[in-house]
Amino acid sequence: MFGLGKKDTTVFVVVIILALCAPFILNPFPTGSSLAQFNAGYPDLMQRFVIFGIFAIGFNLLFGLTGYLSFGHAAFLGMGSYAAVWMFKLLSMNVIPAILLSMVVAGLFAVVIGYVSLRRSGIYFSILTLAFAQMSYNLAYSVLTPITNGETGLQITLDDPRILGSSATADGSIPVTNLFGLEMRHFTTVDVAGWSFNFSVGYYLCAVIMILAFYVAVRIFRSPFGMMLRAIKSNQQRLYYTGLNARPYTLAVFVISGMYAGLAGGLMASMDPLAGPERMQWTASGEVVLMTILGGAGTLIGPVLGAGFIKYFENIFSKINDSVLHGWFAFLPDGLENFVIAILHPFVGKGWHLTLGLMFMLVVIFLPGGLVEGGQRISRALRRDKPEDNGAASKASHEPAE
Amino acid sequence: MGILEVKDVNKRFGGLKALSEVNLSVTENTVHAIIGPNGAGKSTLLNCLVGKLIPDTGSVMFDGQSVLGRKPFEINQMGISRVFQTPEIFGDLTVMENMMIPLFARRDGAYRLHAFRSVESEAELRSRAEAMLEDVKMLDKRNMHSASMSRGDKRRLEMAMCLVQEPRLLLLDEPTAGMARADTNNTIDLLKEIKEKRDITMAIIEHDMHVVFSLADRITVLAQGTPLVEDSPENIKGHPKVREAYLGEAA
Repeated sequence: MFGLGKKDTTVFVVVIILALCAPFILNPFPTGSSLAQFNAGYPDLMQRFVIFGIFAIGFNLLFGLTGYLSFGHAAFLGMGSYAAVWMFKLLSMNVIPAILLSMVVAGLFAVVIGYVSLRRSGIYFSILTLAFAQMSYNLAYSVLTPITNGETGLQITLDDPRILGSSATADGSIPVTNLFGLEMRHFTTVDVAGWSFNFSVGYYLCAVIMILAFYVAVRIFRSPFGMMLRAIKSNQQRLYYTGLNARPYTLAVFVISGMYAGLAGGLMASMDPLAGPERMQWTASGEVVLMTILGGAGTLIGPVLGAGFIKYFENIFSKINDSVLHGWFAFLPDGLENFVIAILHPFVGKGWHLTLGLMFMLVVIFLPGGLVEGGQRISRALRRDKPEDNGAASKASHEPAE
Repeated sequence: MGILEVKDVNKRFGGLKALSEVNLSVTENTVHAIIGPNGAGKSTLLNCLVGKLIPDTGSVMFDGQSVLGRKPFEINQMGISRVFQTPEIFGDLTVMENMMIPLFARRDGAYRLHAFRSVESEAELRSRAEAMLEDVKMLDKRNMHSASMSRGDKRRLEMAMCLVQEPRLLLLDEPTAGMARADTNNTIDLLKEIKEKRDITMAIIEHDMHVVFSLADRITVLAQGTPLVEDSPENIKGHPKVREAYLGEAA
């Protein structure tokens, strides 16, 4: 189906279902219950899940297939955001031109940065991309203030021209981003017996684009182009002596991957029309590396899982503060309660990074293939219980990860 | 006039004269061995043929065209394939994928970004890859991860990857170096089979006399960067200069 193999079709359908049903899946707890704070089905957060999913899918095309570890991918994300906000300022509040321009701008920068950085491989490539990203960050922060509005960040204002739209709405406020009139921030909440689900226009736009981005990535994975990229990772020497020039392939995938980042940046600006230099900072570049490795580099669905996982932690785990802990452990005797909370305190709330770091270490040490490998191991262990499936399970271990 | 013509090639590394006045002509459809003791310049010569090194002076012509200054992938596109001393294959890929890559290189040139076609749909190339695997008796291993195979199988696969490109000249760099006797004999058999089945021109750099005398139609003996003699295997065997180069003056 869709020109995909049977296994890929299954993965693709799973991604479609996950993306379209996210408002239900992420809100499993009734609103009133004590676990409601673990619900993540808010438009704002769900948008971030899929946008970072797109970012990680693109990063995985480069890193997962060719093994070139770019440490400056956030630069393209930031450029995409700036391009999109400029489109909102100059052209109209419709998100389509903004998203298209953000991809084009990120792609053009990727051609230049990739052309220079790809002359080296390994750690030198990583350092070069990091250097470019830091240059972009500093330019955006100070030197290019007329374009980027420096530290404050680029915002839309009432006196922007917006030649195809209007500078201000009828009641004198700043217009909002929309898709042919459908406002991005618009959402409906449906209450079903204690649960409430949020359906947001912005989220569904992002989700549809993520599904498309995922589909393109699967096609690239299974194409001769994708196979060449894996060959580059495996043995460049053999590739050269087999009559193939690696450079055009690596540059092409670098640009594609940069455009994915630009798309993510453009979507971010479409959901909330502002762009700041901090989006280009090296921590942001590092985050997408973490997402990809945590989910499973070189796998199809891994980056999406990794992005969701990290964003969930960042937003939900960080909200657990001491009073929440006190609520949970109230059943313990006072002394013990305080003791347990004192131990847990550094790992939750503001200390969520510590938990994430530990999780990351555990995954890298015990599951080098990321969460996807974890899933495969579990399913294999489950299948082993059924003796008739033994053959299939051991066969699966020889097949390349999807 | 041979398909490969090396004329007056010199190569220096600092004070060391690695190659001096090397002349070599490889005739089409023959197996030409280049032998010589350690440090004779065999590998330097080979590297000059595949674009890894550029000679200081002299010319290397392949089928009437100079290969000097061309990159390895361009030289391969001219029709020269190379087998390495230790098998160089795509270890992360399956055997079948390993076979598809040289076929794509031959059909599509040095690069072509087929990002939306699937590898599965290339039926014609797949059947050619399968036929080649059948030839080297590896068809049953086509879905294996190539890194997990034995060294002998890796060598077979690498040969198959080179042969499937239908090269006009196949260069082999000590194909049996570091192999046990049994593996060496297997490799000899494989090469003999290849030679019998198809018209192929091969140039072998080799150390092992057993391999050379079982395969070569023509032998060039290299010593201290200069060709000593070029002759048929029978004549080389008893040649006094060859004995001298290998065993020293006293012999």
